[in-house]
Amino acid sequence: MPSYVNPEKCDGCKALDKTACQYSCPNDLMVLNKDTMKAHNQEPDQCWECQCCVKACPPQAMDVRGYADFVPMGASCVPLRSSDSIMWTITFRNGQIKRFKFPIRTTVEGKAEPAGGWDTKANLDDFTLFTEPASTGLEAICAPGTKTWKK
Amino acid sequence: MTDFETVTVNTDLLILGGGMAACGAAVEASYWAKKNNLKVTLVDKAAMYRSGAVAMGLSAINQYVGLKDGENTMKDYCDYVRNDLMGVTREDLVASIARHVDSTVHLFEKWGLPIWKDEKGAYVHEGRWQLMINGESYKVVVAEAAKNALEQNGHEFFERIFITHPLIEGGRCVGAVGFSVRENKFYVFRAQAVLVAMGGAVGVFKPRSTGEGAGRAWYPPFNSGASAYFTLKAGAEMTCQEVRFIPVRFKDAYGPVGAWFLLFKARATNALGENYMETRKGELENWAPYGKVKPVPANLRNYLMLLDVKEGKAPIYMRTEEAMAAIADKYKDDQKAYAKKKKEIESEAWEDFLDMTISQAHLWAATNVQPEEQPSEIAAAEPYFIGSHSGASGAWVSGPKDLAPPEYFWGYEHMGTVKGLFCAGDASGASSHKFSSGSHAEGRIAAKSAVRYIVKEKPGLANVSDQTAQQYKDMVLKPLKLYEESQPKSTQANVNPGYISPDQFRMRLQKLMDEYAGGVSSQFTTSGPLLQKGLELLKLLKEDSAFLGAKNLHELMRCWENYHRMYQAEAHVRTVLFREETRWPGYYFRSDKPKMDPSWLCFVNCTMDPKTEEWKLKKVPIKYLFA
Repeated sequence: MPSYVNPEKCDGCKALDKTACQYSCPNDLMVLNKDTMKAHNQEPDQCWECQCCVKACPPQAMDVRGYADFVPMGASCVPLRSSDSIMWTITFRNGQIKRFKFPIRTTVEGKAEPAGGWDTKANLDDFTLFTEPASTGLEAICAPGTKTWKK
Repeated sequence: MTDFETVTVNTDLLILGGGMAACGAAVEASYWAKKNNLKVTLVDKAAMYRSGAVAMGLSAINQYVGLKDGENTMKDYCDYVRNDLMGVTREDLVASIARHVDSTVHLFEKWGLPIWKDEKGAYVHEGRWQLMINGESYKVVVAEAAKNALEQNGHEFFERIFITHPLIEGGRCVGAVGFSVRENKFYVFRAQAVLVAMGGAVGVFKPRSTGEGAGRAWYPPFNSGASAYFTLKAGAEMTCQEVRFIPVRFKDAYGPVGAWFLLFKARATNALGENYMETRKGELENWAPYGKVKPVPANLRNYLMLLDVKEGKAPIYMRTEEAMAAIADKYKDDQKAYAKKKKEIESEAWEDFLDMTISQAHLWAATNVQPEEQPSEIAAAEPYFIGSHSGASGAWVSGPKDLAPPEYFWGYEHMGTVKGLFCAGDASGASSHKFSSGSHAEGRIAAKSAVRYIVKEKPGLANVSDQTAQQYKDMVLKPLKLYEESQPKSTQANVNPGYISPDQFRMRLQKLMDEYAGGVSSQFTTSGPLLQKGLELLKLLKEDSAFLGAKNLHELMRCWENYHRMYQAEAHVRTVLFREETRWPGYYFRSDKPKMDPSWLCFVNCTMDPKTEEWKLKKVPIKYLFA
């Protein structure tokens, strides 16, 4: 399915103006029931199972139960995402467990510097972009007549 | 119905979308706009850090030319793209993007995207043009740089606003309207120039999984034809509307196959153990010269597989067990190295799915698949509209002055045929194989071009009268009103003679497209008479779109998404009908015109009159740079 919410763990992100799952879902699927202060997926058949909500959920109240059309029951892929890596716990239908950890970024969160430290040597009338040509690694932009155009 | 506030936002450059192309546009525009005292405003339907096609992440960067290392030349890339698209490509646009894509990839790395490196510090290639990445946070990192650029330069961005229509005045694009999906607000954006980067379209055709799994498209379900509708309704010329894309992926969950085919060198075989790329090699002669190049074009690889499927030779398997054994085998004399390599490949195989298609990892776990022990099924997905991949649909845009032949140049690179309307990523057509990185690069190119347009032409802000704003507001919010007013007509909200719900409307469109325009159920085969009938039914659907009803803001967004999809569908049906041949047999097959015809080696472009909605289609000659 689609992502779903464990009511025992969901606290409705009570301190925030909107829940983390609502903020994250690229398809606007998550809603908060203001009476129960629990979130739910309002349209499971439009869920991409991208797990953006699962990764963002502060109390880890969310998981995915695989699409009923073709995913047999009993398995799960649970992410634990930190500021520089993600740990996955894969549980098989037969109970086997695999764990993987992968890096997710090499810079400090929030610190992506737009120019990447490169100067721009261009003016509005030419085809050279912001940070170019330095960021291309070439002295000039590839164009007819340059050696990068054709051999 | 509750009152909606009307909010007017005035800006200089309006960027519509929040995906890779829009983020590229934001970074570039921020710089040039600041230098020229202009304001940039970006509007995203979701949250930028997780929006667009890369929201989940990606396991590879599919376009890196490697010009600085002398690995490839521009000609090499253009040759590759031209052949993959069976000759139908704008080389001036492909080169325009490809000459900047390396810069974009180098920026990604600086921003914090982990790109795999070998012992010598060189990028690890998946294939000739593809780089391996740890891409779970690819979009997070790219959006962060875009947001930082906007904020540092005094610009702004809005999230959770859904754009419905373009504002056109005096033949130029002067803004857009839309609404918040979170609060009762209707938005009017006035701008000197507009850059469209709202993605391609999924959900035009019926998906293979029609229940809970309907959202498991390969390309995201939230890319719903907004770019195509916006540009069509602006009156812009569109190109390659017939060139849909059908990816062959791991069956049902649509896990990526690139790493398996390219990095792990796996084979695909049918139920009899035959490799269709070998047994059906002769068929490629019928599609020469493109059938004879390496790599074999994506649509022809699809086609050879589909021929096996039609002959009852399914299931088709990706031989993961064979490929993994072959790689580990190279280390068989050193037991420690052998065990280490096996572990490494296993991890890489799982990461490939976990980074971009978690459902596929889930399906493996749920079916107890050990890829090193058993193969996994692959199949063709449903058709999508995605001009950034091996499809080509999008707006017809100007090439750059130094590369474009005169016929393809009208002043500002990557501007559509409507003044002030710039397009990038899946919104611009005939420049396939730009993928995530090239879409970002194209966003940058289009943004700089748009700033130049504003500075040179000084178009100014158009007046949008209160009356005009009110007309749009009434039209956009109508589904909410209709839903509310119709409630007395039925005891149940989901069956009411007063309206049709957005999901039922979508299913009607999808059934129609599936059965008449060559969807999954006919194995992508259609014909002139089928398409004609499909157009008749589309006309009725279009009339019924006036009866879309929405119970809340979320459904209101769904109503307009499906309205947008309907126009993408019509552009497709009309163009497939117009082109009297079969050129991409693995994407669609015209049973009444089953062969490739050299007289159709051309673009087919279409325009829709924004007022009368009458369509015009025409052939446009192809001018190559290299061929």
